[in-house]
Amino acid sequence: MSILIKGATLPDGTTSDVLVHDGTVAELGAISTKADRTIDADGLRLLPGLVDLHTHLREPGREDAETVLTGSRAAAVGGYTAVLAMANTHPVTDTAEAAERVLDLGRTAGLVDVQPVGAVTKGLAGEELAELGLMARSRAKVRVFSDDGKCVHDPRVMRRALEYVKAFGGVISQHSQDPSLAGPTACCHEGELSGRLGLPGWPGVAEEVIVARDVMLARHTGSRVHVAHVSTAGSVEVVRWAKSQGIDVTAEVTPHHLLLTTDLLTGYDPTYKVNPPLRPDEDVRALREALADGTIDAVATDHAPHARHDKEHAFVDAAFGMLGLETALPVVTTVMVESGLLDWAGVARVMSANPARIAGLDAEHGRPIAVGEPANLTLVDPTTKVVVDRAASVSLSRNNPWHDRKLTGRVVATLLRGTPTVLEGELA
Amino acid sequence: MNKHLLSIDDVSAGDIQEIFTTAAEMHDVQNRQVKKLPALRGRTVINLFFEDSTRTRSSFEIAGKWLSADVINLSAKGSSASKGESLRDTVLTVTAMGIDGLVVRHGASGAAEQISRWIDVPVINAGDGTHEHPTQALLDGYTLTRRLGTLEGKHVAIVGDLTHSRVFRSNVKSLTKLGATVTAVAPPTLMPAGVGDWSKAAGFATSYDLDEVLPQADAVMMLRVQRERMSGGFFPTAREYTVGYGLTRDRLAVLEPGTPILHPGPMNRGLEISADAADALDSLVLDQVSAGVAVRMSVLYHLLAGEETSA
Repeated sequence: MSILIKGATLPDGTTSDVLVHDGTVAELGAISTKADRTIDADGLRLLPGLVDLHTHLREPGREDAETVLTGSRAAAVGGYTAVLAMANTHPVTDTAEAAERVLDLGRTAGLVDVQPVGAVTKGLAGEELAELGLMARSRAKVRVFSDDGKCVHDPRVMRRALEYVKAFGGVISQHSQDPSLAGPTACCHEGELSGRLGLPGWPGVAEEVIVARDVMLARHTGSRVHVAHVSTAGSVEVVRWAKSQGIDVTAEVTPHHLLLTTDLLTGYDPTYKVNPPLRPDEDVRALREALADGTIDAVATDHAPHARHDKEHAFVDAAFGMLGLETALPVVTTVMVESGLLDWAGVARVMSANPARIAGLDAEHGRPIAVGEPANLTLVDPTTKVVVDRAASVSLSRNNPWHDRKLTGRVVATLLRGTPTVLEGELA
Repeated sequence: MNKHLLSIDDVSAGDIQEIFTTAAEMHDVQNRQVKKLPALRGRTVINLFFEDSTRTRSSFEIAGKWLSADVINLSAKGSSASKGESLRDTVLTVTAMGIDGLVVRHGASGAAEQISRWIDVPVINAGDGTHEHPTQALLDGYTLTRRLGTLEGKHVAIVGDLTHSRVFRSNVKSLTKLGATVTAVAPPTLMPAGVGDWSKAAGFATSYDLDEVLPQADAVMMLRVQRERMSGGFFPTAREYTVGYGLTRDRLAVLEPGTPILHPGPMNRGLEISADAADALDSLVLDQVSAGVAVRMSVLYHLLAGEETSA
């Protein structure tokens, strides 16, 4: 099957036709060859397929909230060609078998490459290392390990994990949050608003002390650490310093931490309950700047679907998390591109090339758009404004904080190895 | 007046005065031999308590009954999350029985506000986590107003575990609306997060030094300090807390004679309040309890005895 994308604007700003044939980019330039399908890309941006370092697909265990198939659909609609599926399922992805199962479910769905993340510790309990090596040697070739949802808080365990994954080029993606700096019911940012609302919160410093500790452990062990969902200005400062010292650290930020602020919690709506919590405006501004200047390497969604009833509890009892896959690109367009903080080459970098490299998927994903490269591609309308409607989501869940918001940018088409998964903004 | 009473934010200074005027009339009823008024006859009020409470629940129950409402107490103790039922499910089930008002106590901050978005009938917050307890603040304000005549220009010290106190959060709003100056006194570890910015915006003062504040106080409100806070590392020992922040016999002597002392109860005698203070003539602790019924009658009356009743 061949597809001709006519008149697309590439990340570097040049305009070109792109011929996709047999899963690869076959030709660039002005192309008059006939193809099985032609897509008019006049005024549209062509990006390398997006890569999400941080997705919760909920299968196995909570198939009422999302499955690998429905999550893959949401990813494709969002312009993604690869997602990393977090390990905090039931059961936890802490064995080779569990990782291979997620991999196979992803292949069966066939809409994006689903790359399992392995747990750092057995059952995410933070005590004993999971079988990191067996997961790495499995068919799933796990390279990213994370107890996400929980912090690997014991410094002894974190040190050993960092050391151990060096044998196979692994990376620990840390959910940085010192559990002893907040009560067990912490559910929001600790600050003036939490004080007024009487909600138990996490102070920013609970994140920052772990980021600081982990970069020092990464330096000591000569290993790689990835800071998941950075949410505070203080964490940004630590990461910036660590990079200046040559420490092997990377960091991601979520779309919601780039735009939504803690004041949304005023009405106690659990739609806005997320972990790490929404922070004040000054943190949001620091995160945007850090993404623009490269201190933060990647945008990662932390797509966290939940069944409706799990969000209809009292605020402190409701589930943490919000949807993100379908809206990530529009949020980044709105926050980073429209403001001039990032150009489209920058978007390709933070949403595709960098996350692919961090995850070790860079042989297939996050590639430059060049002849001979795999045709994992995302075509974006950069100017259309869309009002988000949570009912229109292809996710199984509806915990969508973007509902009724007007965002700029729309994914028009997604190609996975040359096969369209999305056309005209709909699943192909 | 707003449909719901979820927070003191729902009532203006004028609303509060109106609630007090009605409460004074209701207070007189308490001294009659026949205490019933027909105002809410045929109305059904459910006291939905997700958290244990004796005094608030019975206060609301008596208030409703003296207004001739049918009052039903439902205890929904234990997290509904653990039972697999969502809070919304629980509340919709209860209201589907056909009720006219819901009085809610919940251990989670914001629960009453969330509930008010799911149902049509007026919701009265009888305490939500560490957020607010508006009827407690109204009865405190009512009690103080009766004692001091007016709160305009009066200085009230609120002392104790402010972080975990819904009574504080409601009172600081209502006392300020009534024209009082409030100083919130606690050790730094029991001050709410971000209280510096909050107090500036809301117009109250904070202090770590009770002895500096007491001589200028026209009224003192002592808040309960739970002993388990010690294990949370909020302060080292009960003894040290009492020395720093307890209303001891010595501190009682510093107060102007006749200075009213309030405590929402239950009291930790010997910890935040000495027996002398609790039993002192000027303690309004028992007045607060009887005022509680009158104020809750007033609130129920204003929120539930709508046009349909008068028609």
